[in-house]
Amino acid sequence: MGLATEGLNLRRIGGSIRGLGGFAVVTALTFLGLLAVTFFIGRVVPIDPVLAVVGDRATQAQYDAARVAMGLDRPLVVQFFSYVGEVLRGDLGQSITTNRPVAEDLARVFPATLEMATLGILIGVLLGVPTGVWAASHQGSWIDQVIRVFALMGYSVPAFWLGLVGLAVFYAGLGWVAGPGRLDIFYEGLVPTRTGLMLVDSALVGDWQVFFNALDHLALPATILGFFSLAYIARMTRSFMLDQLGQEYITTARVKGVPEWRVIWGHAFKPIRVPLITVIGLSYAGLLEGSVMIETVFSWPGIGNYLTQALLNADMNAVLGATLVIGSVFILINKISDVLYRVLDPRSR
Amino acid sequence: MTAPLLEIDNLRVSFPTHTGRVEVVKGLSFTLGRERLGIVGESGSGKSMTGRAILRLVRSPGRQVADRMVFDGIDLQAQSERAMRALRGARISMIMQDPKFSLNPVMTVGAQIAEALRVQERLPHRAVRARVLEMLEAVRIHNPERVARLYPHEVSGGMGQRVMIAMMLIPRPDLLIADEPTSALDVSVQAQVLDLIDELVRENGMGLILISHDLGLVSRYCDRIVVMNAGEVVESCVASELNNATHPYTRGLIAAQPRMEETRDELPVLDRSAWSGT
Repeated sequence: MGLATEGLNLRRIGGSIRGLGGFAVVTALTFLGLLAVTFFIGRVVPIDPVLAVVGDRATQAQYDAARVAMGLDRPLVVQFFSYVGEVLRGDLGQSITTNRPVAEDLARVFPATLEMATLGILIGVLLGVPTGVWAASHQGSWIDQVIRVFALMGYSVPAFWLGLVGLAVFYAGLGWVAGPGRLDIFYEGLVPTRTGLMLVDSALVGDWQVFFNALDHLALPATILGFFSLAYIARMTRSFMLDQLGQEYITTARVKGVPEWRVIWGHAFKPIRVPLITVIGLSYAGLLEGSVMIETVFSWPGIGNYLTQALLNADMNAVLGATLVIGSVFILINKISDVLYRVLDPRSR
Repeated sequence: MTAPLLEIDNLRVSFPTHTGRVEVVKGLSFTLGRERLGIVGESGSGKSMTGRAILRLVRSPGRQVADRMVFDGIDLQAQSERAMRALRGARISMIMQDPKFSLNPVMTVGAQIAEALRVQERLPHRAVRARVLEMLEAVRIHNPERVARLYPHEVSGGMGQRVMIAMMLIPRPDLLIADEPTSALDVSVQAQVLDLIDELVRENGMGLILISHDLGLVSRYCDRIVVMNAGEVVESCVASELNNATHPYTRGLIAAQPRMEETRDELPVLDRSAWSGT
């Protein structure tokens, strides 16, 4: 018995290593494809990056010099592979908008988005899943109707509108939350940057004033993001649950005398965890792309804002860098979902 | 004969449609001792709904009413939902049709059987485990330790149905309803499963309601037979008397059964004008 189990474990570990090798190859190819597509699209858009650098009053000689300096005179394929080489060495190039290395910029803007998105998805999951389960187990009741209308609102209300109204009501009107930005000016630069996540950095040095100020600033935008993912997650949870509650094994559980709350959470909810992970993972990845609307309304220095600025300025290094980050987020979240599937669904093992 | 185990008088089950409520069980009455009763009928005759109604498991918007529904001296209609839960499984249990759909796909077989016991009795973990393994052996599963760890998709149909039987019998109920327990199984394992149910029911002195569309099967395994058509009982007789049945519907069903030695080219079709309604 012991030996048999060990053999099984060894085989599992072997399988995992092979799986990991395959994963690395697939990931590398995905990144290469992602870079290639972004790179070539960036080169064919009718915006001249050289002009963006030298300005429109430069002489032809200055223009040509800048063009050679930026390496844009070489064939596209050569440019692409030299870019890939630099990326492999960890160099994402200079941003022409901020005049700083793109890697440094990303290390600054991505945590701002990560913090807001994580709080948003937490709100969405912690409230959305129970709401959806509740609506499904009370299908057709007035509560179900209210939840459905609420979820529909989350689909149809524009984010910027909700952001502006939220600011007008809760910041300007009631004064319950702090305004735009990540911190009040007074608190800025008080805590050393380690992770770039305000809440974590301030908690690490035990500066609770900064912590609560950061939370105050996060509250409104994160709640609004949370509302959108809540609406989506609740709708999906409701429909997954309705599907399961109609199955025969639910009747079996009731025949056994299992209490209703356990029929719902212990039986019907278990199989829907797998599709829910996909829904939650994709919502989270969507939030991590950075909501340009919310970031603009709340002057949030996140990746959505950064990417939009870079696009408008034809700042291709920044665009490519940000795309890489977003691509990695999607690949990572997909991989985590895959692992969770296998843990939660015996049929996929 | 002692006091009956189950008495049902004028049971009606109805569902709303856009043309008004439709009754799927129309005034069913029978009395059951610790014996084996067969309910036969075609699809849609209301036999499955009868089984569910006894457990009070007709889900909204379906509705069930009866003049009298008494199980072992307990008025089932007067019980709260909580009191019904204590009866379900523990005293009245039901074997469902297809183990592919009636077992939870993401719980191990052992956990599902254990749950049936645990909702009724507070027992230490070891005792539950011992009872589960014992029960799996009782349903002729030779390697109970291994099977208890399997998931439903990893067992065959016949084995799944034996797991189902183990799950429904582990709290030692007094009445077992078997709702088409073999119609999803291969013919070769149907008899094994029915023999097993029969044996366990006899051993434990339980009452059995066997719901089926198979006349031959029901007359082999039951003491008495109720024939249902369109929500009504059309015939009620002792199993051995089935061939002397008088109702044209029953006669029609019997006539439509193929026989080993016969040479008929076509089986007769039910002549529905012979009785009223449908």
